[in-house]
Amino acid sequence: MAATAAPAAMTTTAVAGAEELAVAFARVLRGAGLSVPVSTVVAFTQALGVVGMARRDDVYWAGRTTLVRNPEDVAVFDRAFKVFWERATGSGLDEPEPEPLSITLAVDDDDETDGDDDPPGTPNDDPQVELRFSTTEVLRHKDFAACDDAELAEAYRMMARLRMFGSPRRSLRLTPARRGRPDLRRTVRAALRTEGEPLRQLSRAPATRLRRLVLLLDVSGSMEPYARQLLRFIQAAVAGRRRVEAFALGTRLTRLTRELGSRDPDRALAAAGERVVDWSGGTRLGDGLRTFNDDWGQRGMARGAVVVILSDGWDRGDPDQLAEQMERLGRVAHRVVWVNPLKVTPGYAPLARGMAAALPHVDRFVEGHSIDALERLAAVLAEP
Amino acid sequence: MIAAPPADDSAGSADSVAGVSAALTAHGYLPDEGLATAVFLAISLQRPLLLEGEAGVGKTEVAKVLATWSGGELIRLQCYEGIDAAQAVYDWDYGRQLLHLRAAEATGETAGRSTDALEAELYQERFLVKRALLRAIERREGPPPVLLVDEIDRADDEFEAYLLEILSDWQVTVPELGVFHADVPPLVVLTSNRTRDVHDALKRRCLYHWVEHPDLEREIAIVRLRAPHVTEALATQVAAAVQALRALSLYKPPGVAETIDWAAALGRLGIERIDEASIRSTLGTVLKYREDHQRVEHHGLAEIVRHAFEHAAPRS
Repeated sequence: MAATAAPAAMTTTAVAGAEELAVAFARVLRGAGLSVPVSTVVAFTQALGVVGMARRDDVYWAGRTTLVRNPEDVAVFDRAFKVFWERATGSGLDEPEPEPLSITLAVDDDDETDGDDDPPGTPNDDPQVELRFSTTEVLRHKDFAACDDAELAEAYRMMARLRMFGSPRRSLRLTPARRGRPDLRRTVRAALRTEGEPLRQLSRAPATRLRRLVLLLDVSGSMEPYARQLLRFIQAAVAGRRRVEAFALGTRLTRLTRELGSRDPDRALAAAGERVVDWSGGTRLGDGLRTFNDDWGQRGMARGAVVVILSDGWDRGDPDQLAEQMERLGRVAHRVVWVNPLKVTPGYAPLARGMAAALPHVDRFVEGHSIDALERLAAVLAEP
Repeated sequence: MIAAPPADDSAGSADSVAGVSAALTAHGYLPDEGLATAVFLAISLQRPLLLEGEAGVGKTEVAKVLATWSGGELIRLQCYEGIDAAQAVYDWDYGRQLLHLRAAEATGETAGRSTDALEAELYQERFLVKRALLRAIERREGPPPVLLVDEIDRADDEFEAYLLEILSDWQVTVPELGVFHADVPPLVVLTSNRTRDVHDALKRRCLYHWVEHPDLEREIAIVRLRAPHVTEALATQVAAAVQALRALSLYKPPGVAETIDWAAALGRLGIERIDEASIRSTLGTVLKYREDHQRVEHHGLAEIVRHAFEHAAPRS
């Protein structure tokens, strides 16, 4: 008790300045793009009350432990803190920082441009039901690269309706079943109804559960005709069920799960588009996969999961490295599926160096150029 | 809150960051400033502490040391997929309940008694099996326990929601018995290897610290502390060699636990100066992937040895 009495007394004196500092700093962090809920600002204020505000390191660590919740955010936090602390204490150069508002504006811009894609498709919704049915049939097989805006809008609607069930597996959780292990909990409950005589012996058995689904989308220049459409597909998958993870692979690896989690596809895509900085750049699949394996896959995200790589296999990196990383991925994943939108091209042979290197380690090699192909992909993913 | 003063007060106290740092050190854990601040805040703000970091950087160890320091019981909940309330909070001892029913029936006690009365008899505290979370918030004498929720990322998200509820209110409701409430909340340490993101709501409830590999000086000190039979010269060489290995972009860079193991293994073999042969024969204590062994061989063991002594030289 004595240990906390002193800091509590300190809090009252320190809190006046602490509150202002915490709120001001939270605003800077939000401007820099971090999510800073009010509850964490309160925690920061309390933390300042206990460690004091005299030492830079104390304030820094109080902020780090209360305001940062992901290691990726540490770099942003560090930059923001440096600027903020120098301004607050006047210890650094008094160089005006660009207003963080511009970032918010960029989001709005993206929202608008993305919103513009939709209206062309909307008007022809109701009046021509039959006609729409037949266009649907044609559209199902139409290559995304050949679709115009209206057709794409329709295709997106179909994607949103695609249900990704994914591969089932036995879970450790037990559920009531006709046969299996004895379920004493329910047996006792049933016995109570028969004056303590366990007449009915109930049992339970392992439930089934969906495997985690990990989607890796190649966003390099050669994938340009397909990447945005496939991102829609991925968004539908992420928003549609739990335990789905999404990444963009280009010259670097970008995790998109959180951005794509929003139910509103336009907003989700705008957020994801902003997050990926290397759209239509080069590809180094091997490097990207290695980062995935190192930072996510091997730790557990890919373990027992169904991993889907959506890429044309054009790769500027070292094919040996790609093969090595694919092998590594194959060792932890339940199944590796490669989706190549170019596979449907007549006379296609996996000549791209990357594709040739990766193929021996791929369990299923499928196409992904149209709605129909994506429906078949969903069926492949649902195989046990 | 560490209500009762720690067993040996000389070791530092919970009322400042420096005090926490000294106390952890005295009990065999060398924290850096960030971790010491996080622990200090967790104690004084009574918030759970979420530690994330690579495997083997000593996340679990923090909870163990906190328990020895505070004198509270260490209650460990190892999470795994499919863990549910029956395994983490409480369960009823159904076997004994059934026996009780049979016994009551055999002596003719059940005759003419209502189902409600029978039920009330069965759902008493003596048939309750308390699991880790319930034990952690149970009323008790002495210092509050340290609750270690290990590898929370392995549990599923339903369980996280349950945990969040307990960590916010410090209470558990057993419908048949009533509410268990902690007067003094336990000190809670959660660890995660980040195989998936822990839900944001749970993260907001916690203080967060990303545990890094220690720097060279600290790692030498840790080896000296945890493997006392190892000479300072050897500890320095091993720590420097491990730093060199971490720079090699291996699949699984060695953690502190591996450094300690390696130093202990070399010490046990009676080696005083590491060389290529001794590294090769003991590399299995540090690197656990065949590819990593190949990479190190390819890079050259001589290079690792050189690095080990380069850093060791100014100290000895």
